[in-house]
Amino acid sequence: MKQGYWHIVWRQFRKRRLAVAGLYLIVLLFLVAILAPFIAGNKPILIWSDDGLKTGVFMSDRELRDIVPRARCTIYPPIPYSPTQYDLEERLEPPSGKHLLGTDDRGRDIASRMVHGARISLSVGFVAVSIFVALGIVTGSFAGYYGGWLDALISRIIEVWLCFPTLFLILAALAVLPQSIYIIMVVIGLTGWTGVARLVRGEFLKLRPQDFVAASRAVGAGGGRIMFRHILPNALGPVLVSATFGVAAAILVESALSFLGFGVPPPTPSWGDTLSQARNYMDFAWWLALFPGMAIFVTITAYNLVGEGLRDSIDPRLTQ
Amino acid sequence: MRTYIIKRLLLCIPTLFGITLVTFLIIQLAPGSPVEMRLRALAGAGMGEEVTAEIIEQTKKLYGLDKPVLFNTTAFREKGIGGLFDARYWIWLRKVALLDFGDSYKDHRKVSEKILERVPVTLQLSVISIFLVYLFAIPIGVYSSVYHESGSDKVLTLLLFVLYSLPSFWVATMLIIFLGGGEYLNIFPIYGLSSEGAENMGAWAWLLDRLWHLVLPVGCLAYGSLAVISRYCRVGMLDTLRQDYIRTARAKGLSEKIVIFKHAFRNSLIPIVTLLGMLLPALLGGSIIIESIFSIPGMGQLAFEAILSRDYPVVMGIATISAILTLLGILLADILYAVVDPRISYE
Repeated sequence: MKQGYWHIVWRQFRKRRLAVAGLYLIVLLFLVAILAPFIAGNKPILIWSDDGLKTGVFMSDRELRDIVPRARCTIYPPIPYSPTQYDLEERLEPPSGKHLLGTDDRGRDIASRMVHGARISLSVGFVAVSIFVALGIVTGSFAGYYGGWLDALISRIIEVWLCFPTLFLILAALAVLPQSIYIIMVVIGLTGWTGVARLVRGEFLKLRPQDFVAASRAVGAGGGRIMFRHILPNALGPVLVSATFGVAAAILVESALSFLGFGVPPPTPSWGDTLSQARNYMDFAWWLALFPGMAIFVTITAYNLVGEGLRDSIDPRLTQ
Repeated sequence: MRTYIIKRLLLCIPTLFGITLVTFLIIQLAPGSPVEMRLRALAGAGMGEEVTAEIIEQTKKLYGLDKPVLFNTTAFREKGIGGLFDARYWIWLRKVALLDFGDSYKDHRKVSEKILERVPVTLQLSVISIFLVYLFAIPIGVYSSVYHESGSDKVLTLLLFVLYSLPSFWVATMLIIFLGGGEYLNIFPIYGLSSEGAENMGAWAWLLDRLWHLVLPVGCLAYGSLAVISRYCRVGMLDTLRQDYIRTARAKGLSEKIVIFKHAFRNSLIPIVTLLGMLLPALLGGSIIIESIFSIPGMGQLAFEAILSRDYPVVMGIATISAILTLLGILLADILYAVVDPRISYE
């Protein structure tokens, strides 16, 4: 039976129970993020009226006011509160049957904010890492393949980049730029690419003198084709490992930024933002700290577990 | 060795130049400046528009913000090539070359003075936490490599993994809520480094009070590095224990104690020693997050405050110093490599 590289990696990966558990957790988190309005929100999931069965999740408030009173039956999400809806009568309530994880200082339901906050964390992690992997692959490949002055220049830039105090620089940049989730993604993405670039460059330096590269050049393949179709696939394993750890790091940085007040602008729910509220009510409001911190911790752990599992799976010393 | 060090130090100069240039551009090109902040304060005070316009010009001149950021093209046309560099970055660079980081916008004190008074505070935190990290990390790493694959190794490895993934700002917040007064236990102080009236205490009482204040922040600073370094130590030891000369040592009948501590341990220390070099920037740079959570007036807090109030000279001063420390740390790590491992030489 033909066994590809990724097939072997996957077989190795499956043997590691903790890593597989981490992978399941990530899938679960993504499901929660994608289905967030169906899990937590103040709009009905299902409305059964004369018009038949409909979902209210994507309807505007006006449409809902029109249709809900006429409905025979409506089903609300399991957490029937919107993440941004104020309820000043129920400020800072500890967890109870009504609000499973309590409420924050504006009476917003924490459980609902946790569910919707998953969208922010996961998308920041995903987009920021995509940016830095793309940047790292392009710069690393060119530096490693062409060498010479290009390599010298890129290596120099990488060296400069490595010496930046990362969090300090991100904070300084965010302090002067407008507050937005996209800017956070780009800034985190721009600070992380050097690791991938060094990795890819190293792999290219190692593989370029090999025969298969000379062979593809002999049959007339151009630089781009040799770089991205022939050499790069060999470097993708380590890049994937580094990207997985990178997602964990990006999520950590995003929540730290929100914690320091430089994160996603309000009223968007984010884990770090809820956690930072706890700082104002440190006397008693443990639920403001426990749940969002737990969410951050579990997400980071899941990505780190998968990263470790992958790293061990692609290690050739272990594949034999 | 000396030529190598001199060469490396010279190579640091272009890198430093790049770092300061990028940082300078990021903070100076952004919209919103100290001048606008002052304007907003004046608008609040109900000043007329003409008066404010005049004050803006004056303030700009005072801070040197009336000149362009990178290249002064007007002066270039008038005075030639010398005028081109009559711009903010080059003026700043010229002063820094003479070790003058300028004055803070906020209180007009010297930046170097402001930084120097924060250093001892941060040093207390970082020296104690680094000491504790190495004190615990190395035995843990050695232990779990010697008892590789045993139950206690697995438990320790998992525990360290969990520690590694715990966000320090979460741990700090939880500790403050549950141990720092309020409705739950009141064991540790949560603000600053001394209690009120600490100046009047006796030496012993003062020291105890200080240590008591340091427990939580040092703990939060230390546990992450503890996890990283003991994992390094474990992997290094495992690698060494697989070597042929360890088998030889065992085969010739040396006791397990000597094999592990004399033959294996000393060789596995190499990567750990070099990690010390990497700690240099952390030693003085402090932690923005931990210092601001525990209201500790160290470098991290100064950096955070400077960013919040757009105190450009302070921000640039801290960025430059931490870049220098990082570069020196890398160099130190490379030198330590050659010192502890005679197989490596830079001749």
